[in-house]
Amino acid sequence: MSSFSIFDIAGSAMSAQSLRLNLVASNISNANSISSSAGGVYKSRQPVFAAELKGILNSQDAASKVKVLGVVESQAPPVMEYAPNHPMADKAGYIYKSNVNTVEEMANMMSASRSYQNNVEVLNTAKQLILQTLKMGQ
Amino acid sequence: MAINFDQALGIHPQALALRERRGEVLAANLANADTPGYKARDLDFKSILKQNMPKATALERTQAGHFAPQQLLESRLMYRNPNQVSLDGNTVEANVEQAKYAENAVQYQASLQFTGNKFSGLMMALRGQ
Repeated sequence: MSSFSIFDIAGSAMSAQSLRLNLVASNISNANSISSSAGGVYKSRQPVFAAELKGILNSQDAASKVKVLGVVESQAPPVMEYAPNHPMADKAGYIYKSNVNTVEEMANMMSASRSYQNNVEVLNTAKQLILQTLKMGQ
Repeated sequence: MAINFDQALGIHPQALALRERRGEVLAANLANADTPGYKARDLDFKSILKQNMPKATALERTQAGHFAPQQLLESRLMYRNPNQVSLDGNTVEANVEQAKYAENAVQYQASLQFTGNKFSGLMMALRGQ
């Protein structure tokens, strides 16, 4: 039954988008964290999406699920701030703030939630169609 | 058997199967709306249906290399030309895909209705009422 693979496909996209939402939440909540060294500070985390190769290589089986390849940390340098009176300042008097861009993350969140909603809608429609098919001839 | 379902139901069961497959392809497009490098795909419905009309299925295969109509049905997956190209190589336009998916769902329901009506016609003939 190929109709049921719509559930798999939309489900994989929903789990990918919810991971993205989780990462946005993590990034925003850690946006104001500071550290006394450049290495110890929280770095913005982003998911990497890919289409499942099986579906792309095999032309018969067009539908490809979404796979989360992993989570990467942003390579942008942390924000340095001169605050010699801060208890966590290093010897030179600097504290390091995380490189999370809050505005970017908010836009990211809206995009993720819209994509999630799209997939829920696809799922609902597919469910209704299957239920109607089951009732055929009655 | 007096009743041949293939003849009684006509094109509609095949149309249903195709709509189902197209729904799957469109769902995959929507699912990969945020995947970098993903190319949106779709079925060329008109050409497939033309291939599968009752007349066309009667084509004879005189050479081993000829395609059966069923094989053609499987190979008509095409890439969509995007209206706007995105930087990451993704050609899915969520709004377009949503519209196509909704359109496909309605057409599926229409095919379903036609098939159902064919069945109720058969039932009526069997009961003789």
